[in-house]
Amino acid sequence: MSVTQEQVAKIASLARIHMDEAALGRMVPEFNAILAFVEQLGEVDTSSVEPMMAVIPQQLRLRADVVDADPLTGGGRQADILANAPAAEHGFFGVPKVIE
Amino acid sequence: MTDLTQLGIAPLRDGVAAGTFSAREVAEAFNTAVADASALNAFIVTTPDHALAAADKVDAARAAGQQLGPMAGVPIGMKDLFATNGVQTTAASHILEGFIPQYESTVSQKLWDAGAGMLGKLNLDQFAMGSSNETSAFGNVINPWRAEGSNAALAPGGSSGGSSAAVAARIAPAATGTDTGGSIRQPAAFTGICGIKPTYGRCSRWGIVAFASSLDQAGPMARTVEDCAIMLGAMAGFDAKDSTSLDAPVPDWAGALSGDLRGKKVGIPREYRMDGTDAEILASWDDGIAWLKDAGAEVVDISLPHTKYALPAYYIVAPAEASSNLARYDGVRYGLRDLPDGAGLQDMYAATRAAGFGDEVKRRILIGTYVLSAGFYDAYYTQAMKVRTLLQRDFTDAFAGCDVILAPTTPTAAFPLGDKVDDPLAMYLNDVFSVPASLAGLPAMSVPSRVNAQGLPLGLQLIGRAMDEQSVLNAGLAIEQRSGFNAQPEKWW
Repeated sequence: MSVTQEQVAKIASLARIHMDEAALGRMVPEFNAILAFVEQLGEVDTSSVEPMMAVIPQQLRLRADVVDADPLTGGGRQADILANAPAAEHGFFGVPKVIE
Repeated sequence: MTDLTQLGIAPLRDGVAAGTFSAREVAEAFNTAVADASALNAFIVTTPDHALAAADKVDAARAAGQQLGPMAGVPIGMKDLFATNGVQTTAASHILEGFIPQYESTVSQKLWDAGAGMLGKLNLDQFAMGSSNETSAFGNVINPWRAEGSNAALAPGGSSGGSSAAVAARIAPAATGTDTGGSIRQPAAFTGICGIKPTYGRCSRWGIVAFASSLDQAGPMARTVEDCAIMLGAMAGFDAKDSTSLDAPVPDWAGALSGDLRGKKVGIPREYRMDGTDAEILASWDDGIAWLKDAGAEVVDISLPHTKYALPAYYIVAPAEASSNLARYDGVRYGLRDLPDGAGLQDMYAATRAAGFGDEVKRRILIGTYVLSAGFYDAYYTQAMKVRTLLQRDFTDAFAGCDVILAPTTPTAAFPLGDKVDDPLAMYLNDVFSVPASLAGLPAMSVPSRVNAQGLPLGLQLIGRAMDEQSVLNAGLAIEQRSGFNAQPEKWW
């Protein structure tokens, strides 16, 4: 299977990456070369094989149901969380207006 | 006085503990070497004060008669994929330029707790996506090695190319790396050093910029097998903050190191003997077989029948996970924001990501988005995860008849910068020997074997059962004891 420039544009839009016509034009042959390469996997008979779900089998844990059980990942760190925000305002993340 | 930069982890730590030299002298020697090696472009930022402060703490602890940690007095390079509190962390991407973490990654914190200091943040392929360190937004790292009679700049490997270059150039005694499809082992092989990727889950991923979460594993890069064992011991351990962290005790790998392989079986996978593999790589592999026999091991032929499907499976699974992980870079919470005049939220996302991500990162996000999209998910992603099951089964079957697997680390020695940059697939093929162990989550190591006819180092790879880093390290030590490899690059920088 191969993709057209229009399809790559659709994928770029789904991935929220702006690409102009020139960038899309460069991407199409690279994209198709990679797709052709990975399509070898179609040769493998996997009809009785389960997909891998965990690299090393183990049970998922639940953390203790305690507020701030680990202060590093607990609450009350507003200043730290906003420290790298490009446009923090009044203790919130600032974004362009989204109401039409 | 000895040139301290010629020493690795064990002799530095032991020399500091014995009072032969101070931790401050060590930190100063490496800070100077780092400052003198800017031509390699191995570091994105240097942190000489961090190294000195850690050294002073060690010297004070020693003066007070306190117990010193396993890395006490050893300044290291930190791959710029680990969040370091108060020190810029970029993943070598423009989209994170200026990002100052407000917390410390688990692995780096463990290293500081063990007495190590930080020389700086090491350059890498952008978001660890690459095999030559040419996708960094902060410029190429130059391999300190050059082919005999040539001044051409060679790739240091990737993605941990700053780490490999720094350790090989003796501007850091050791460095952290991360390995998703070979990013510790391939650069180690390209620069004549050792590096081990432990079993998936041994080292916490908390605070490591995520690329492909089911594959990413941190590990040490250093000059000797013993140094790797010491440093891995300091990095590994259960962490409740990583949902896939292994809840298992950390063995004393360094204490149990032994190059005596009597009673051990070493498997030689026949599928790794691929058409067109460089003759010198094959000769190095034959050397490795002879050395492990000499160490007492029995060598057996094994088969890993799905090997040829590992790379295509990897180039579905890794981009799929990357496209999900990198969705977080949106220009809202941290990192770059590109807000064209009059743009709305969606335009801001698209503009920010267009300006912030490099070409290889975009390529992988697009592939990942495609293979996860409705209508294609089963044909690509589910099929790749089924093949991954088969690859893991191959290893399980092989390990019924052997204890450790020996193979080359890479199909070639270091290649010139620019050689494969226009052909993504040719670049991907460089990871053909390293990707299978990554997909199966197994511990795997590269150790140097010899230099080729151009005077460039080659590496041998050892792959072990899950949780059996010891067998990997022991076989690595047996090779190190017999290879006589002590070549290092001639200083030109």
